[in-house]
Amino acid sequence: MLQTRTRDAVIFQIGIAIFLTILLLMILIPFWRVIVTAVIPLDIYTKEGVPFFLSPTKWTSEAFRQLLTHSMFPRAALNSVIITVLGTAISLFFTVPLAYGLSTRSMPGRKVIMTFVLLTYLFSPGLIPVYLLITGMKLTNNYLAIILPPAVSVYNTLVMMGFFEGLPEELKESARLDGANELQVLLHIILPLSKPILLTIGLFYAVFFWNEFFTPILYLNDSNLTPLPVLLRNILISASFNEYVEYNAFSSSSLESLKSAGVIITMLPMFFIYPWIQRYFTKGTLVGGVKE
Amino acid sequence: MAARVLSSGAFSFARIKPKNVWRTFWRYRWLYLIMLPTLVYFAIFKYGPLWNAQIAFKDFKPLLGVLGSPWVGFEHFKTFINSFYFADLIRNTLIFSLAKLMLGLPIAVICALALHETWFLRFRTFVQTMIYLPHFLSWVIMFGVLLVLLSPGNGLINEIIEKLGGEPIAFLTSPGSFRWVVILSDIWKETGWSTILYLAALLAISPDLYEAAAVDGATPIQRMWFISLPGLLPVIVLVTLLRLGHILEAGFNQIFVLYSVPVYSVGDILDTWVYRQGVLNFQFSLATAVGFFKGVIGLVLILVANRVAKRVARQSIY
Repeated sequence: MLQTRTRDAVIFQIGIAIFLTILLLMILIPFWRVIVTAVIPLDIYTKEGVPFFLSPTKWTSEAFRQLLTHSMFPRAALNSVIITVLGTAISLFFTVPLAYGLSTRSMPGRKVIMTFVLLTYLFSPGLIPVYLLITGMKLTNNYLAIILPPAVSVYNTLVMMGFFEGLPEELKESARLDGANELQVLLHIILPLSKPILLTIGLFYAVFFWNEFFTPILYLNDSNLTPLPVLLRNILISASFNEYVEYNAFSSSSLESLKSAGVIITMLPMFFIYPWIQRYFTKGTLVGGVKE
Repeated sequence: MAARVLSSGAFSFARIKPKNVWRTFWRYRWLYLIMLPTLVYFAIFKYGPLWNAQIAFKDFKPLLGVLGSPWVGFEHFKTFINSFYFADLIRNTLIFSLAKLMLGLPIAVICALALHETWFLRFRTFVQTMIYLPHFLSWVIMFGVLLVLLSPGNGLINEIIEKLGGEPIAFLTSPGSFRWVVILSDIWKETGWSTILYLAALLAISPDLYEAAAVDGATPIQRMWFISLPGLLPVIVLVTLLRLGHILEAGFNQIFVLYSVPVYSVGDILDTWVYRQGVLNFQFSLATAVGFFKGVIGLVLILVANRVAKRVARQSIY
């Protein structure tokens, strides 16, 4: 953009910078508060509550230690990893072939299949019919109950289809002339070229499954199967209503610190994979798919 | 796209002779084969629920099954529409989704304009990274963040209120403030992410326009008002239409996590009600009828929104 440094323009730039700083602080302050609450030593907490600033020399990892050595927390973290990995794998297994098939414009019946897929996107009868289907299939207390109903996102399929359509047709044609069938074309020609889209869509599925908490509450009664967000919710609710007795056993950290430490641990994987997501959505992979 | 596909479902090769039809199909057999698992998946997990949805018109008894239960026509729909909670549920649902749209959209547009205008590009990237982040966090994590800010004991906002001499407010459990918590926390979480679309539209505006404006001596404010904003208008219209198409989606996950009995009167939406009636009170048919009702209205709204979008912006939403 043209940068003419007139007096007006400079004043305007200062205004914009102040606005963006306020915006940034509005996002950062809540997270900062969560961190301080998680690391505050019990004696300071009982004396003066949570200060806005707490010198890092006084920080304690007691709350994290207690959560990670507790019987349920590591188990829940493992369950979340299982759901996320399995869910992402199953989602991609179903999404990729459909997106590839639909990207082949010349395939007879493509419109029929497209309509078949899109109809489910346009009309949804709500929660109860799905609930009856899953309970009818005896999938309660099974991770498939959480993974299968949302496994294929029509939106993600269309984004991936758009990517496949952009690949040069000649590549596929030459492989077909060499006698490769469509499965071989997909596995050996298309997929190696599609790493960006596979990673992007895969990460979006992974984020979805990692965050999922309602369907685990709905379908999993066995507490050994509970994933992290559900356990975190139980801890958070216990704080507001003081009835989750199990966590009163913790003594050297306040319940507030345990809650915040739980929030941070549940958030942590997001921070690790976030730079990867960031890299691809700034490239416009997704924005291009939004308006086809 | 949806509307276009729906109106032309016929096979494109219908005029070809039957023998050739089979040859064409045979040529693509591998393609059908690799799609087959997904199509079976759709038949079971996307169309299975549609089949089950017939209990909206039946008096569903688990022992009789979906097929065996007796038909009752539109009785559940009448019960719902004539009930005292009907108006409450519709009102809460509309308040949440309209407020999130009408407050959130201008804020997102302003943020996008500011990000687009700034000269400090490193700072801009950092701000973008941070404001996109909350979009990827679940509402359970958001609940934890909100407790740290809002709890009456030592929430940051209540501490500020107390320092200013006020009484602490139980924001999450008092009917007077619950709606604001829902609306503002959604804006906090999603505004950053929604700037992406506007930023893309701003980048698409021709630099010639800005240069011409600079030559004519336009102030930065005039530049934003007469070039950037008109450039954003098609996207704003599209986003508004899309959101209006989903007007009955008021944010189930968010409200399910945040609400509690004291705020049911101001916080209960169609989806949370369907969950409680269907899953917790075993009113399967009534709850399905309400879900069906919501689905039909959603379908009509989306098709209308798509139509209007095509007219107004010459673009299809899907």
